[in-house]
Order: sequence, then C-alpha cells, then structure tokens
Amino acid sequence: MPVMEYIDALRLAMKEELERDENVFVLGEDVGLKGGVFTTTKGLQQQFGEHRVLDTPLSESAIAGVAIGAAMVGMRPIAEMQYSDFMFPAANQIISEAAKIRYRSNNDWNCPIVIRAPIGGGIFGGLYHSQCPESVFFGTPGLKIVAPFTPYDAKGLLKAAVRDPDPVLFFENKKCYTLITGDVPETDYVVEIGKANVLREGSDITVISYSLPLHFAMEAAAELQEEEGISAHILDLRTLQPLDKEAIVEAVRRTGKVMIVHEDNKTGGIGAEVAAIIGEELLYELDAPIMRVCGPDVPAMPINPPGEKFFMLNKQKVKEAMRQLALY
Amino acid sequence: MNEMESKPITARHHEVGLTDEQAIDMYRVMLLARKFDERVLLLQRAGKINFHVSGIGQETAQVAAGFALDRQNDYYLPYYRDYGLVLSVGMTVRELMLSVFAKAEDPNSGGRQMPGHFGSKRLRIVTGSSPVTTQVPHAVGIALAAKMKKQPIVSLVTFGEGSSNQGDFHEGCNFAGVHKLPVIIMCENNQYAISVPAHKQLGGRIVDRAAGYGFPGFRVDGNDPLEVYRVVKEARERAISGDGPTLIEAMMYRLSPHSTSDNDLAYRTKEEVEENRAKDGIPKYKQYLIEAGIWSDEQEEQFLVEVRGMLDDATTYADKAPFPTPESSLLHVYDGDAEGSR
Repeated sequence: MPVMEYIDALRLAMKEELERDENVFVLGEDVGLKGGVFTTTKGLQQQFGEHRVLDTPLSESAIAGVAIGAAMVGMRPIAEMQYSDFMFPAANQIISEAAKIRYRSNNDWNCPIVIRAPIGGGIFGGLYHSQCPESVFFGTPGLKIVAPFTPYDAKGLLKAAVRDPDPVLFFENKKCYTLITGDVPETDYVVEIGKANVLREGSDITVISYSLPLHFAMEAAAELQEEEGISAHILDLRTLQPLDKEAIVEAVRRTGKVMIVHEDNKTGGIGAEVAAIIGEELLYELDAPIMRVCGPDVPAMPINPPGEKFFMLNKQKVKEAMRQLALY
Repeated sequence: MNEMESKPITARHHEVGLTDEQAIDMYRVMLLARKFDERVLLLQRAGKINFHVSGIGQETAQVAAGFALDRQNDYYLPYYRDYGLVLSVGMTVRELMLSVFAKAEDPNSGGRQMPGHFGSKRLRIVTGSSPVTTQVPHAVGIALAAKMKKQPIVSLVTFGEGSSNQGDFHEGCNFAGVHKLPVIIMCENNQYAISVPAHKQLGGRIVDRAAGYGFPGFRVDGNDPLEVYRVVKEARERAISGDGPTLIEAMMYRLSPHSTSDNDLAYRTKEEVEENRAKDGIPKYKQYLIEAGIWSDEQEEQFLVEVRGMLDDATTYADKAPFPTPESSLLHVYDGDAEGSR
C-alpha cells in the first residue's frame, strides 16, 4: 500500500471520483491550470479538461451558489474555497440554501454538493488565512461536516462526500497537507460519514479531537506512555456533524477521564457539544471534570511568530494537559 | 399572411410567433393569476389564512416569460410574486392554494414554507428561499450543467429590482457572462422594495449593467405581454445557440401593498397607485385580443365563471386538507431520515 501525503490523498480522491462519474466536477479559484494555491487540484484540469476542473471568478457566493444549482439538476460538484476564511461570503448560500433545500422542498429537491475548505493556522497566515470556522456551520441541520486527520480518511471521506446525497462541508487542514503521511490504498474505498475512529487504545485518559491537533495528541500519548506509563485512548471524530455519539460515549467509558482538543476557539466550539453529550449520557461515570484544550477566544490568530505560537496548539501544550488529566 | 396585411395592428401576436390559441391561453393564465391573487387577499382579510404576498400588476410579464420558454424542458427560478409564472408552467390553483393554507399535500414545500416560495421538481420550478436573489447563482449553475451536458435547455430566473442590488445578482451575472451560459436573467422592476422607491435603490438603470457582464440587456414594458414574449423568446434562442445570457428589465408597477402586513399608503399616494392601475397590462391585453377578433366579453364571462369554480374548488379542497403531522417536522433533513417512520 503506497504511503502518501494528506494532500496527495485528497487529489487522488478527486481524480478517482472524476474518473468514476461524469457528473463530478471541480470548481474554484485557481483550481485549474495552477492546480490550486496549495496544489490540491494539480494536474486535474490537464487530465479532465477545462469544463470539469473550472477556474471561477473571485466570487465565493457564486462558487457555492452555482455548485448548488448544478447539484440540484444532478451534477456532483466539488467546490473549493481557497481558504476557509473566505467562506463567509458564501455562508448565506451554504446555510440558507444548501442546508435547507431538501427540508424546505419536503424532500422534492436535494443538494449533493461538497465544499472543500482548508482550515487551520501555523503557516504565518495571520487572521484571515488561519481560521477554523467549523463552529460557524456546526449546529446547522442539513449540513454534514467532516474534518479528516489521516491521509486514509482524507481520501475515503472525500469520496464519501462526493457520493453523499446531501451537502457536505469538507474541512481539510492545510498544515496536514504535507506534514501528515500515511498508507493510502489505491483501490476504490470510502470512509463512512458519521463514524469516529479510535486512533489509539488506552486505559487512563481519553482524548477526543479532530484534524491537526490529533498529531500533537498522538505524539504526546506515545511519550507519556514511554516516560510516565500514562495510557491514553484517542478518538478521532472525523465527522463533526452528525457527531458519532456512540463512539464518544464508548471512548469516555474506557477511562472515565476525558479531554477534548481542537484548534477552533473554545467558546461554542465542537468541544462544547461533545462535553454536553458526555454530561447528558454519563456524568456519573466520570472520574474527573471534562477538560477542553482549544484555541483562545480571540477573533483569530496574529501573524507575528510569538502570537501565532501562543494561539496554536502544539505537542507540549497537549501533553501537559494530558498529564494533568491523568494525575487528577 | 393575408390576415396580417388586413389587420396590421392586431396581428402582433402572430409576428412574435404566437398562435391565436396560445395568445388566448396566455391571457387566461394572466387572468387566473389575478383572480387567484384577489381571492387569497380576501381569504387573508377574512382570517382564513395568515399571510399573502401579492403579484398583482406583474402577471402580464410573468406569464409571457413563462410561455416564451420550452415549458417541457426549461428550468424556472421564480421569486415570491411569480404566481403568473408558475401557473404558466403548469402549477394548478389547487396546488397554490394548498401552499397558501400550509397543508401537507402542498407540492411546493409540504406546508413548510410561506406562500410564494415555489418549487416543483416535476415542473422544473426550482425551490426557493426568502433571502432574496440567492436563486440567481442557482440558475447559473443549472445553465452550467446544461452546457456541460450539451442539453438544449435554458434557465429563467426572476427577481425584483430591490433584489438586483444583492451581491448574488452580480456574482451570478458575472459568472454567467464569463462562461456564456444559457440563462435568462429577468428583473421584474415593480418600482418598490417594500417601501423604498426605485430612485432610492438604484443610481442607474439595471438593464445597463448587462454591458459590464458582457452580454446584452433589454428593457421592456412589462405591461405588454407580446413584447415581453418576444424579448424572452429571442433571449432563449441566443442562449440555445451558445450566445450566452441575457438580462431583461421588465418595467411594471406593484399595484398591491408589499404584503398583507404592509400599509402602502404610508409611503405612496392613492393617486400614484391609480395612475399605474390605468396602465395595468391585463385589461389592455384583453382589449388587444378583442380587437384581434379572437376574444370576446362573452368568452371572458364564461371563463370567469370557470375560474370562480376552480378557485372555489381549490379553496374548499385546501381548507379541508389536513395539515402535516407535527412529528413530520422532523423529516427530510437528510436523505433517508424518513425511513422507518411511517
């Protein structure tokens, strides 16, 4: 099985889906000849032509809205938002339209679009090239939201998203693009939307996370095991909406001590909902208060290196929090 | 044609390609839309229903535009006053009335949406929302799909002049212009965005914006159905031959208040409304048909009896039809979520 980078897995998923179904097409700013500002779509226009890998005007609302219109008549568009920070002009199309088309038409119409958007900081992107906007869309019924961490899931979830009959927001982490490598089968497979995945079995503490911070948690867990004998159980949510409640409950039951980690800011984040589920389902099985390790509640991260470092999670921050939880 | 030579003024419908029967059909649908609208206003005043947004004064342009397309294959993206448009495409007054009463059988939304929020996959009327102009990019997307699939179809999208100031209008037009897509973008300029008159909404003319998007724009008298028909039909021909989009600004006047919750005399005078009522396209078109010798007061009387019967039937049917069950509010958020629940 080939080992590849996260970004290559995403590209492979699009390539396979473009080959599989002639209704699939990619649209976005710079996705064509250039292959995207991160090279995520590199080579696809050359292979599939200008009509299936479409450079669009700088118009996020049109990118989303045109994709929605095409999807309603049977196409399977993959719309790229260059940075998730630039999704907000399209938010009305996503929240008022895509999310509600099936519901408002009483199941007459549906809207099978995928909107890919890179999230996350740590690239000196400043306020508007670093955000994690998932909490803005989370809690909007009608949308599915995925955020893969491994290259395997990046490919499998993107393919599942393309085939899903409902709108899927696909938050890929730009820091993961080349940092995270892993085994990716060249065969056709999908990862089911709505299912979390245990990345590491453990017995002392449970870490629930998604996207890049899992990288820090996995490294921290390995060190804590080796250095202090702390055994961490790590759950990758993979899908943020709908959350895999069963997997969350099961993962917390394993240890009775739980920590939720995400880069998006703490207040109103995915972690708040995960904590609420835990509180509702198994409050009396907890051996420690629920802990959240998240970005600070500031509008977005600064570009100056100390400021960015202060905002970002890293292995040390996550490891220290995990130790504290284990010692509680 | 000899007939045209002998009656040069009254054969305009032939000139634009309408048969006598089609010209009369158009009139019937306009009148039906008007009578439907008036009936719903009465129902609202009588307290039978909660709310109505009227399209009175706009029916001539709506129906003419509907008739100018391929009503078996083209896509329609109406806005909330387009009763005339959806009736011309094949929606029935019973279906509209089910929506007005918010009943389960309403094909537009199953009683979920406000009246005027049309949608029917069967009729290719694309489901719409209340934030205005979001449907313009959708129409462009449908046109993009048609171009990709090499299908000889167009999409027609309508909206008010107030809506033309939304970003989605601009973004959609520009996208359509870049890719030369088969979409007809028609503004129903009814002079008011609720209470704000056109001169406080628009610094220039909507039709002139077309030049900036690289496609033709036409301003047309919306009270003249034959002219609207001609312009939309020509736009469709251009679209089908790969010449791209057309912007149409149909000039008209919203004779009713914005909605049943609006008192329009707070911001405009009775005289102004009456002055525009005199320009109403429906009686003018009736006169044209009579002068053309293809319609008569007797036929009108007979048709109005028929319409009254249809509206009575639709009202009774919709009034008696069951509401959706409360629990059905939980369904159709995602595909398959209704499985196992009735």
